[in-house]
Amino acid sequence: MQMANLLSVVILLPLVGAGLALMAPSDRAVRWFALLVTTLTFVLSVPLWTEFDLSRAADLQFVSGGFALIADSLDVRYLVGIDGFSLLLVLLTTLLGPIVVLSSWRYITRRTKGYYALLLVLQTGMTGVFCAFDVLLFYVFFELTLIPMYFLIGIWGGEQRIYAAVKFVIYTMVGSLLMLVAIIYLGIEAGAALNNGVFTTDYFKLLEFDMAVSMQTWLFVLFAFAFAIKVPIFPFHTWLPDAHVQAPTGGSVILAGVLLKMGTYGLVRFCLPFFPNASIAHAELFAILAVIGIIYGALVSRAQPDAKKLVAYSSVSHLGFVVLGIFAFTLESLQGAMIQMVNHGISTGALFLLVGMLYERRHTRLMSDYGGIARSVPLLTFFMVLTALASAGLPGLNGFVGEFMILVGAFSSEVLDSPLLVALATTGVILAAVYLLWMLSRMFFGPLTEQANVKMKDLSVRELLVLIPMGLLMIILGLMPQPFLKVSEPAAERLLETIERKKAVAEGQSLPEHLLDEFRRDSPSGAGERSVEGAEIP
Amino acid sequence: MMEIPLSWYLSLSGVLFSIGVMGVLFRSNLIVILMSVELMLNAVNLTLVAFSQYLGDVSGQILVIFVMSVAAAEAAIGLALVIAIFRNKLTVDINNINLFKH
Amino acid sequence: MNLQLLVVLIVGLPLVGALVNGLIPLFYAPARQWKTLIGAVGSLVVMVPFALALYLFSQGTGGLPDVAALYTWMAVGDFSVSVAYRVDELSLIMTLIVTGVGGLIHVYATGYMADDRSFWKFFAYLNLFIFMMLNLVLANNLLLLFLGWEGVGLCSWLLIGFWYDKRKNSAAASKAFIVNRVGDFAFLLAMFIVVRDVGSLDFDAVLAGTAGMSAEAVTMVVLLLFIGATGKSAQIPLFIWLPDAMAGPTPVSALIHAATMVTSGLYLLARMSPMVLMAPDIMVLIAIIGAVTALVAATIALTRSDIKQVLAYSTVSQLGFMFMAAGVGAFFVAIFHVLTHAFFKACLFLGSGSVIHGMHHVEHELRHRGYDGAFDSQDMRLMGGLREFMPVTRWTYLLSTLAIAGIPLTAGFFSKDEILFKAFEYGYDGQLYAWLAWAIGLGTALLTAFYMTRSYMLTFEGSGRWPMPDQVHPHESPRSMTLPLIVLAGLAMVGGFIGLPKVAEKLGFSNWIHGYLAGHAGHAGPVAEPELHAHVPVGLEIALILAGSLIAIGGVVWAWRFYGRYELGGDELVQGRFGRLYRWWKVGYGFNELYDRTVVRPVISSAEKLFAPFDQRIVDGLVNAVARVMQAFGWLFARLQTGVVQNYALAIVLGVVLVMLLLVF
Repeated sequence: MQMANLLSVVILLPLVGAGLALMAPSDRAVRWFALLVTTLTFVLSVPLWTEFDLSRAADLQFVSGGFALIADSLDVRYLVGIDGFSLLLVLLTTLLGPIVVLSSWRYITRRTKGYYALLLVLQTGMTGVFCAFDVLLFYVFFELTLIPMYFLIGIWGGEQRIYAAVKFVIYTMVGSLLMLVAIIYLGIEAGAALNNGVFTTDYFKLLEFDMAVSMQTWLFVLFAFAFAIKVPIFPFHTWLPDAHVQAPTGGSVILAGVLLKMGTYGLVRFCLPFFPNASIAHAELFAILAVIGIIYGALVSRAQPDAKKLVAYSSVSHLGFVVLGIFAFTLESLQGAMIQMVNHGISTGALFLLVGMLYERRHTRLMSDYGGIARSVPLLTFFMVLTALASAGLPGLNGFVGEFMILVGAFSSEVLDSPLLVALATTGVILAAVYLLWMLSRMFFGPLTEQANVKMKDLSVRELLVLIPMGLLMIILGLMPQPFLKVSEPAAERLLETIERKKAVAEGQSLPEHLLDEFRRDSPSGAGERSVEGAEIP
Repeated sequence: MMEIPLSWYLSLSGVLFSIGVMGVLFRSNLIVILMSVELMLNAVNLTLVAFSQYLGDVSGQILVIFVMSVAAAEAAIGLALVIAIFRNKLTVDINNINLFKH
Repeated sequence: MNLQLLVVLIVGLPLVGALVNGLIPLFYAPARQWKTLIGAVGSLVVMVPFALALYLFSQGTGGLPDVAALYTWMAVGDFSVSVAYRVDELSLIMTLIVTGVGGLIHVYATGYMADDRSFWKFFAYLNLFIFMMLNLVLANNLLLLFLGWEGVGLCSWLLIGFWYDKRKNSAAASKAFIVNRVGDFAFLLAMFIVVRDVGSLDFDAVLAGTAGMSAEAVTMVVLLLFIGATGKSAQIPLFIWLPDAMAGPTPVSALIHAATMVTSGLYLLARMSPMVLMAPDIMVLIAIIGAVTALVAATIALTRSDIKQVLAYSTVSQLGFMFMAAGVGAFFVAIFHVLTHAFFKACLFLGSGSVIHGMHHVEHELRHRGYDGAFDSQDMRLMGGLREFMPVTRWTYLLSTLAIAGIPLTAGFFSKDEILFKAFEYGYDGQLYAWLAWAIGLGTALLTAFYMTRSYMLTFEGSGRWPMPDQVHPHESPRSMTLPLIVLAGLAMVGGFIGLPKVAEKLGFSNWIHGYLAGHAGHAGPVAEPELHAHVPVGLEIALILAGSLIAIGGVVWAWRFYGRYELGGDELVQGRFGRLYRWWKVGYGFNELYDRTVVRPVISSAEKLFAPFDQRIVDGLVNAVARVMQAFGWLFARLQTGVVQNYALAIVLGVVLVMLLLVF
């Protein structure tokens, strides 16, 4: 039996915890308290997975809320739930919670209370993003992640933290404000068309709203722009390396692990089903940008002297794969994109954790300051090699599953119809090996020369606690991805059906009347009656 | 006893209010500024009472009670803030408290 | 016994060994010293699977092919890939090679690596390698094969860079991995095409679905798979990583870079042989690339003075022979040569390891006596005369040299001769390119006999050339190292009798391996063969065999006398004879230089000098430029803000006054 309001508890518990954290009597207490809250949240989120009804994984489950958010006169509700797309990302978010707290244990020494309180607020925002089924609510959560992250970078960051934090916030905000404009316009139009003139941002109502192609194009551009910045898609990626390098380790892990996924998730959740024609029309453009991102990100990665920046640019490359998968419009590629989001969260998150651990020991991120440390820190090296290989897409580890499915799907995609483009994307596989092995060989292998490196301490129990779950997940997701893939498959199928159907309707509108009738007869019927069943509010 | 016309009250309260405004605008000691704000509030009180008397309507006097309680709260919080600022900056000179500029 | 359980044991045990040997010492440091236990576990988890595979082998071909499906790896819609293992004649032969030769090499390594501080890690890696290799040869679909394919690449990377303290070793490891990835890239593309056109990656489905694919698609898939194979099996143009890979410990060179991993390209082609036969254009390419690689590598081997480098190029050359066989449709012969090559090349590498072990001892002694000059324990110029000190190593090395040279009745004779004969036969059938390959192969056979005998002569014959040869000398290696040598040398002598030439049919003998792999009456084998219309007459076949034998014997005798008389001076004479050509060989035809100039350096310098600055200045520059424009506006308006609260208050008051004035008037 699915517990009522469990999901709301999972979302809001960290927020409550944030308030309480501020009252903690000491730094020590706040650390333990934050660990407790995040662990509890994770434990509570496990039933979301075990009680999830796979037979209707495309429908909304664990629905909670439903009351009006702003005023009764507007159809804007607090409505959260999860379907196959959300589940894995929610779990990833809650899992990363305790890991991030543990990884910050010694690293954060100033203003500790504020740090953990912000982390907890951030977690509420992130979880909410993946669960919100009201577009305006989604927007609220989307923005809610921005502010804590701004402070995390701006207060606990590196030397150029202010620059990085401001750039991060403003860049992302530019995109999301454009999205807000689009949301409001969409709400008014949809309200007029199918909600008795009442402004609505209900996800399922908007899903049923068939737009003319020209309107789709405009709204798609506004939405996609916001998400493209968040992902980030080349050429909107330059905030990412700055933010990553300056952010504290915990911030980087969250940024890479979850925040970037909000962009790709948004594309899947909103752009594709709301604006199918526009999405398909722009698929080629996005695929090309994605492939540029894959290759370009990898090459720029190879040129970085700073380990953290290298990992940051590798994210641009890896998320290129996800975007390619989304805009290929095949089941394989979409599924690959979903699983790759999770994979990237785990492996890149772990890379940031490891680089952070090295930084804690040596206070430098320059690769040239290391060398041969495999001798002094064998355990850390083991995890680094494992993670780097996972990130480079070695079969048997998690990265491969996603990349392979994305590429297989994109290769046979009718929308893209460009094996050459996919072949180019596949070169990313070679390039990933180039920059990751280069990093490994520069930092971990070769002669151990510097005295400071000789005396470096290997992993502590706390650090092992952080890394072991990540390592296990890399192997499990690599060897047995099926339980995870099964969760999102019905949702992916439903999405493709929705696109197919809406596309037919929208194209019908621009046809002359006599053709229109003919078209309607051919297109799948019963558009209005489906896909809302799961959304009933308890 | 001679009835004092309404205009006198209003003039007095106008003068008081102006003195208060000038104090807020041109004095640099935070405590003086706070006191000037109190003066402004009391000028308003005076106006309210005068009109209440003139119109024979008690709601003006009720409002005065409200204003007085607000003024008391304001004074309490204001002074607390002044003390907090003084602890941090060792001054209550408003010209030195210009964090907005930085 | 139940097949599923057997397969799980065969594949799983090495993994268990890798985990036990790897994780326990990693997390519990004192366990790193339990060398006997680690060595025993490491060897047993390979030998037990060998015994199990032998048992399967002994069950005959009745129930084959048999598939043990474990679970679904990944599935989307109609496309599904399982973790499933396929037991048939081809995979059984490969499993026997991997676990059999692998087991011997594990035993050898317990002696060779005994003094290494990372003994545990070595065995963990070796076990992991065996696990991955078994996945490769037993997989029932292309994707699981690819898992093994990349997995062995990973182990190769780990083991080449095993002594990572030296920058050179770690660079060699990365080079191997990245060059292999180029091949893997092609492999991936081949799989994409197969999935698109067939919708499945299971071997049965793919081979059955080939009929429905367009000719271009088949050609493309075969070409891409072949490119993948050139990466893993070190063929032109991707062979450059293998000689560098010799930086790894010698047992690794024997196991991974001679006997097993590098032959997986051949295995792939044999596995897909029905499909390869449908792409005759690519077969031409395969045969020619194989033949040319054989020749090129043989000439380079002639010029090397590092004993392991000679063997490395010799491996490339022998792999070229195997590809030649595949290119003329004789896939079963390619696998036959994989088998015999595993015997004698593993023996040669292990023998060289034994020599290096001995020369290490010499170096140690020399240092002890105050010698402080340069010393390279792998340099044949510092060896010579080792036959007195290392008799077992010497005899096994000699026998294997004779086998690789193709001296009649040794294993190498049968397999190499069969390759040449098959090439000739295919040419006789009308495919003239096969004759070209055959001619190159014949010349290479002579070179092979010559350079291998050279390496033997320089190492074991003559007199010692290391400093102070009268005071220090090497010793024979321990029993754990010589025993595997003896077994392998024995196999290198007799292993060829399973593949007798066709002419033996007249005497009532049959070619066992041909029947086993390619099938005979009443038994369908997994490996396909082209249909031949013309048959080589028996007389011509006997003449070819005689010619082959003469070439091998001639090459050995020639080199024996040449280097027997001149020792090191022989190289100078050869150099004088070939002049510029020799220099060309010496630099390995400049392949490394070429790639460095056309690929490696352009990519890296474009990354460093073009893309990274472009990202900083142009892409990010534009973003910052927008920000700066905004800032300029901000600066203008900021003039209004004094930061003094009273000024703001004044503004409010003035505003109120203004509003009141407006209201009044």
